[in-house]
Amino acid sequence: MKIKVKWALLTMIFTIATVLTGCEPLLVLDPKGPQAKTQADDIMLSILLMSGIVIVVLAILVFVLIKYRASNQKDDYEPPHIEGSALVEAICIGIPVVIVIFLSFVSVKSNYEVEATPAAYEDTEPLIVYASTSNWKWHFSYPEEDIETVNYLYIPAGRAIEFKLYSYGPITSFWIPQLGGQKYAMADMVTTLHLAADNPGEFMGRNANFSGAGFAKNTFEVTAMSQADFDEWVEEVHETATPLTEDKFEELLEPGHLGRSTYTGTHLEFSPAPEHNHGSTESEVDHSEHENHDSNHSDEESDHAHH
Amino acid sequence: MKIDNSLPLEYSTEENNLKILGFWIFLGAEIMLFATLFTMYFTLENRIGNGPSGAEIFEITPVLVETILLLTSSFVIGLGIHAMRLGNKKAMMIFFSITLLLGAGFLGFEIYEFVHYIHVGATLQTSAFTAALLTTLGTHGLHVTFGLFWGIAILIQIKKRGLTPETTNKSFIFSLYWHFLDVIWIFIFSFIYLKGMM
Amino acid sequence: MDFFDRFAVPHPSFLIYASMVGIGLTMIAIVLGITYFKKWGYLWREWITTVDHKRIGIMYLLVALLMLFRGGVDAVMMRYQLSMPDNTFLDSQHYNEVFTTHGIVMILFMAMPFITFFFNYLIPLQIGARDVAFPRLNALSFWLFFMGMGLFNISFIVGGSPDAGWTSYFPLANNEFSPSVGTNYYMIAIQIAGLGTMISGINFITTILKMRAPGMKLMKMPMFTWSAFIANVIVVFAFPVLTVLLALGTMDRLFGTNFFTTDNGGMDMLWANLFWVWGHPEVYILILPAFGLYSEIIATFARRNLYGYKSMVVSMVVISVFSFLVWTHHFFTMGQGAFTNSIFSITTMAIAIPTGVKIFNWLFTLWKGKIIFTTPMLYSMLFIPLFTLGGVTGVMLAMSAADYQYHNTMFLVAHFHNVIIPGVVYAMIAGLTFYWPKMFGFMLNERIGKWTAWLMSVGFVLAFIPMYITGLDGQARRMYTYSESTGFSMLNMVSFIGAGIMAISFALLVYNIYYSIRYASRDIGNDPWDARSLEWATHTPVPEYNFAITPQVASTQAFWDAKKNGHELFKGKIEKIHMPNNSGWPFILGCIFFVFGFAMVFSIWPLAIVTLIGILGCLVYRSFEKDHGRYISVEEIEETEAKLRGAKK
Repeated sequence: MKIKVKWALLTMIFTIATVLTGCEPLLVLDPKGPQAKTQADDIMLSILLMSGIVIVVLAILVFVLIKYRASNQKDDYEPPHIEGSALVEAICIGIPVVIVIFLSFVSVKSNYEVEATPAAYEDTEPLIVYASTSNWKWHFSYPEEDIETVNYLYIPAGRAIEFKLYSYGPITSFWIPQLGGQKYAMADMVTTLHLAADNPGEFMGRNANFSGAGFAKNTFEVTAMSQADFDEWVEEVHETATPLTEDKFEELLEPGHLGRSTYTGTHLEFSPAPEHNHGSTESEVDHSEHENHDSNHSDEESDHAHH
Repeated sequence: MKIDNSLPLEYSTEENNLKILGFWIFLGAEIMLFATLFTMYFTLENRIGNGPSGAEIFEITPVLVETILLLTSSFVIGLGIHAMRLGNKKAMMIFFSITLLLGAGFLGFEIYEFVHYIHVGATLQTSAFTAALLTTLGTHGLHVTFGLFWGIAILIQIKKRGLTPETTNKSFIFSLYWHFLDVIWIFIFSFIYLKGMM
Repeated sequence: MDFFDRFAVPHPSFLIYASMVGIGLTMIAIVLGITYFKKWGYLWREWITTVDHKRIGIMYLLVALLMLFRGGVDAVMMRYQLSMPDNTFLDSQHYNEVFTTHGIVMILFMAMPFITFFFNYLIPLQIGARDVAFPRLNALSFWLFFMGMGLFNISFIVGGSPDAGWTSYFPLANNEFSPSVGTNYYMIAIQIAGLGTMISGINFITTILKMRAPGMKLMKMPMFTWSAFIANVIVVFAFPVLTVLLALGTMDRLFGTNFFTTDNGGMDMLWANLFWVWGHPEVYILILPAFGLYSEIIATFARRNLYGYKSMVVSMVVISVFSFLVWTHHFFTMGQGAFTNSIFSITTMAIAIPTGVKIFNWLFTLWKGKIIFTTPMLYSMLFIPLFTLGGVTGVMLAMSAADYQYHNTMFLVAHFHNVIIPGVVYAMIAGLTFYWPKMFGFMLNERIGKWTAWLMSVGFVLAFIPMYITGLDGQARRMYTYSESTGFSMLNMVSFIGAGIMAISFALLVYNIYYSIRYASRDIGNDPWDARSLEWATHTPVPEYNFAITPQVASTQAFWDAKKNGHELFKGKIEKIHMPNNSGWPFILGCIFFVFGFAMVFSIWPLAIVTLIGILGCLVYRSFEKDHGRYISVEEIEETEAKLRGAKK
């Protein structure tokens, strides 16, 4: 009877999983860019491999449980004393070692892929976007285009995008599941995330790292469009939007939720990103000197932070 | 209580053996504690914000005096334990008292050093570096302070109760603690002060 | 007025006021009850001042069960809040407090005391000792832990609970973004409880190294003792990191230092690093003793010796070393670059190898066995497939590039519950059922027990498998609400139903205890499960001195050899036994620590200084105290033995 319950249980899991995944593709497994594709491939590969392991373990377990049940044996059966065998244990270590080596290989390769400009768009000049958070908003600065948006992001499709991430408060995490995995935005250094969208489309983006009361609604909308549309949009913004002043930006930093808004100019001019770039060759000493030089700026930052 | 007379008094009972082993394990935990503090210190060493750097505030004279006082005290407590093994209660108490006096001297100089730091504007709140420095030194200093009170308590007990398995056990464990603080200080001296002044 | 304002709850709600009243009434009822039945003296003499490892163990157990229910209520509240889109049952502040306390309570105040209960109760019995090495320190450990737990638990009615997540990452946890005293409670209550844990770690290592029965070499220790030994070594190495971490956090919050701030050189990443340098070993502190319990249970009910004893030990040693080398995998997304991530990705996956060895060894222990399905065995057999599932998702998370997608999502939440619930919680309940007769002299009802195990597993699968799916669909963890359009609602409803079923299964566990107290047979002998190690060789209930004669050991399963192969356990004759005296100072010191902690949380400096002096005073008093314990005479032992033998047959 128990075996039946177990099978019923398993059938239930599989049904739930297949039915639910069948309805609509899950965001992460429905990639729209090369980085997300690499990650989705890794995920599917590991799911397959890992299912194999689970099934093997389950099969052995069910087999021994049925075969060696006390009720299936003679009353006078005395289980033998077995210390263990070097060969069996070598196999038990050997197979996992092979699997881990294989997955390590895949993992390392993907690491270098997602940490670099996407291979497919290497020949394009990456668009640099500074994405910063304040409680609980996203600020996107396009230094080359000289515009800034709040809580929405327009990007050209078919071109590498380099995000420079940092925060005006708690650690947050910049995540657009369909374009690629997340990365932290922190107050004292800039992190870099490489993404690209293959085709025009609309995507969900959010802060994935808990950052206080307004965290749940700390989202943004991403629209990928052709380069021509993107250029047109930039032009339009320059014609219609108001310039971002220091006072206005300070107002934007106040904790709370905001809708979408658009400005010409970026906050980078009066409130630049933190100097320290993680992973760069710049030494800590240089960093602190920079801080001294830029003490005016850092004072401003701390003023903002105290609001 | 079974007393094994073939062993030194501090090892002579089962309970004493347990206490000595337990204390060694405790010292293992203490090593991790200071290792974490050192890691923290080295991470924050150059993050001086708007405050002074180590090179700007370290003074070699009090540090050298502190080092000499603490190293000497560690040597003297070794003599004290030797006297204890020979059963010479009086000599042992004298050596322990000298150890504690040297420890107090060390502490006096450290307090002077702290006053100096605060005077030149390196307080706990100044920067990550000054907080890391004062916390690491302060933790060691608090250990020494605690040691002074502990040592006095042991001295009083030895005076009142003589050299028993219990008091010798306490004294021996105290000497382990004191040597440990000395070793930590050597690390502080080399990797905080000398490295910082260079 | 300003002075009293800070004790108010910053975000009051009906639920909090209701719990205040509930807690108040329960306290009054307990105090009145004890007074009415005149049990104060009994409580003080037999429990509060006790230094007996078995009683201290049982007190840990009570705390663990109490906290299991507190953390469980938190869990059900969270699942209910998320079961429907735009639910307004909890607001965001309250939800943040609930998930923060759920994490801390479950890890530090439920799982930790639960394993410490097993350490306390079982280690001396399994190695044939009379008590732990330092019985009084053991009592102090408990009372420090208890007071830390108490301090943490009053937070939600006095001043507000912590709300920055159980990881309490800075700068979110600093005064600017977490202005309530909640995070002060986090820093100080955990510090006090952690101190207790560290002291007990030292205590158990000394006990295991020095107090084993004659003949019990290290490689002849029962597997649970081995796992406890390794877990406590990890405690001694990992908890000092927590001590420093919390001290620095306290200083940032109370004294305005700049360790983790964003100004003046502070470094928020340092907190995350140090936190996980402690936090990752911490999960192995929990799981290794659980593995030890499974090893005992599986060997007992497969009626076979544990397969691959040596490789079991080696794999635990390897796991313990690796546990200190993987902490970065908790924040692959912090921007360390591909190289660092690759290293930590590989070390993390490597842990799967020794863990896999253990799984296979358990399977081979079943092989050629004679398997009996008792409740503890049922939990163990449900553990193997469910834990394997959790383990392999761990390998998936270890692939750092893919982790950019899993990180901070419900996938991660599903994974760690998938290892902790079948891994640790099942082991705790299996172990509790297994050792219940040894502790209390009657067995828990098997039929209700099996229902509990199945219900818990069905609930578990329904509650957590959907999270893997919503995680991959982009549901971040710690979101207090989501909108209809995300499409998460159906799976979250399934999760809530699962959580409800799990809650029922825990209620059934309580009912089982009640039912068995009333109806279970008291005539069960000393060895109702036909088990294998020394703890079953003594009487039930276990006398104060554990063994009248110290047992002689020649193999890893001494008691089994005594039963089947004619090994003589108890040679020699009864001699007088030295036992430690009860002492009130661990409790008093614990109380002073509680007041000290409270004063620190609310920055009441005069009180903090007075209590600090009180703590030092206690230590000085203890140093001068002369107490060499007492002897139980031969006649007394013989009398007890005769009575216990009589009671049994």
